Amino acid sequence: MKLNDMIAKKLRKDFPLLSQKINGKPIIFVDNASTTQKPEEVIEAVSGFYENTNANVHRGVYLLSEEATKQYEEAHAVVARFINASPEEIIFTKNTTESINLLAYTLGSLFAKDCGAEECGCAGKEYDCGFGDRCDDGSCEDGSGECRDSGCCESESPKENGSQSGKRNEIVLTEMEHHSNLVPWQQLARRSGMILKFIRMNDDLTLDYDDARRKITSRAAIVSAVHISNAFGTVNDVELLCGLARENGAISIIDAAQSVPHIPIDVKRIKCDFLAFSGHKMLGPTGIGVLYGRKELLQKMPPFLFGGDMISAVSYESAEWNALPMKFEAGTPDISGAVGLAAAIKYLQRIGLKNISAWEHELLDYAFKKLKSIPGVMIHSPPLKHCSSIVSFNIKGIHPHDLASLLADKGVCVRGGHHCAMPVMDKLGLSGTCRASFYLYNTLEDIDALIAAIISAKKIFGKEGSKN
Amino acid sequence: MDNAAMYRENILEHYQHPNNKGRLIGATCEHRAHNPLCGDDITIQLKIKGGKVEDVKFNGIGCAINTAAASLLTDSVKGKKVSEIMKLKKEDVISLLQIDISPVRLKCALLPLEALQAAAQKAASDKKART
Repeated sequence: MKLNDMIAKKLRKDFPLLSQKINGKPIIFVDNASTTQKPEEVIEAVSGFYENTNANVHRGVYLLSEEATKQYEEAHAVVARFINASPEEIIFTKNTTESINLLAYTLGSLFAKDCGAEECGCAGKEYDCGFGDRCDDGSCEDGSGECRDSGCCESESPKENGSQSGKRNEIVLTEMEHHSNLVPWQQLARRSGMILKFIRMNDDLTLDYDDARRKITSRAAIVSAVHISNAFGTVNDVELLCGLARENGAISIIDAAQSVPHIPIDVKRIKCDFLAFSGHKMLGPTGIGVLYGRKELLQKMPPFLFGGDMISAVSYESAEWNALPMKFEAGTPDISGAVGLAAAIKYLQRIGLKNISAWEHELLDYAFKKLKSIPGVMIHSPPLKHCSSIVSFNIKGIHPHDLASLLADKGVCVRGGHHCAMPVMDKLGLSGTCRASFYLYNTLEDIDALIAAIISAKKIFGKEGSKN
Repeated sequence: MDNAAMYRENILEHYQHPNNKGRLIGATCEHRAHNPLCGDDITIQLKIKGGKVEDVKFNGIGCAINTAAASLLTDSVKGKKVSEIMKLKKEDVISLLQIDISPVRLKCALLPLEALQAAAQKAASDKKART
């Protein structure tokens, strides 16, 4: 379904919350990069689950539990088809943040396989050492739990990748990461003595791919990059970044929180090892997120959380892990969230991701033009062709938080602040920006209302710019 | 509530032309406070002499509510005793601003007080250490 203003207005009616009025004015929800509103059918899928199907999964032999299990498993399949993966490669988490933390806590074992078995007593076993600093299963020759020669674990490049020299101990990120794809890696670096590197941004807020080629080397263990920047809307060439990671024998991870909701995603085309996203940014409920991982890697990794459902057999002394994806889904999962997310994906698929991104592009084009026509507006987003669904801006003399407060009076919901990307705001010398972010139910009128609200805020602050 | 009501002429005047903004030469103590929600970042410097505020300045980047509160609050504490500063409460800041502040913006208004009291606390503990 090709979208236009008229169809967007019709779609808006599918979203009960958007019929609300704020201060007597229709709600203008342009904070979709933060979270999205939910269509009736998602709300009904969640409440319908509780009304008709609620039971725990993978446990009871009675009909309700069978039906709940079926729906929960079907949700994996719906997500898998949506991004061209297989259901066992889809792990339900609580959000993108948890998906990335899962990786930051479990990826160490993928590097342990690079240990030379003769040199290191703990090598050759699946879950032996993290980045060579200790053995988890106590199988070291001396039983101390420490590698005799921890250097052998961290210093060897994967043998299948030729004979590069130097340690494979770098985590490469971009300068425009959300805190959720930065802080977990800072902590991993701290725990394991790894080094963080950042691919720099050009002045036009696009990524510097020459710098990417310089930073992603045979020393890279992990390359984790944001697909679409939540702060600026920059669309990064993740196929290129994953290619560089692959050529250099590094694991590739894509933070797709802002891309899966807006553009068609095919993990086989991106050729990423992992991809993370959240349900609530794509019309689904809060509390459900996804980690896609390549099956062979997921099989090699140790579990993240331990407990019920993630085991196949348990004795008082030890346990064996369940098959994928259950191995990574310990405890009772967010079943209704998964069912709601599946309903959201079906809604998006009915409209078509290509149509959604085309409409958002039209909205963005209109917003860029209108914003640029206001004196004193500074846009902090990349050129339109590199930008998706987000426009970040400031008004001279008005702090973004004041502007967001004044827009709120007019029913216009935008985000004002650092957008959980403090380092890049610091780098740009900004205390924050105002951010309008669009989705399929936004209309040209929404942008007109945004512009009118900005002009009225400017009047309140007067002509004079601040000395600050 | 209507957020526009917060942006009275007096608030905007103190935002656009704040008093006591800049670096204080000869400061005896200072404190930096930060509000991650909206990025307000304020450093307050005090020159304490004989237990009293001889001079005060603030620096940093803040929204209108934050900057106006810093401007008004620093004006009000000149000549005051450190012990008086420690007794200041959120109501004192609100009465300086003379506006109703929405709950989400309260932190903006109170950040200067937080920085001021932390700086004054340093002065008080320095004095204790010396005596």
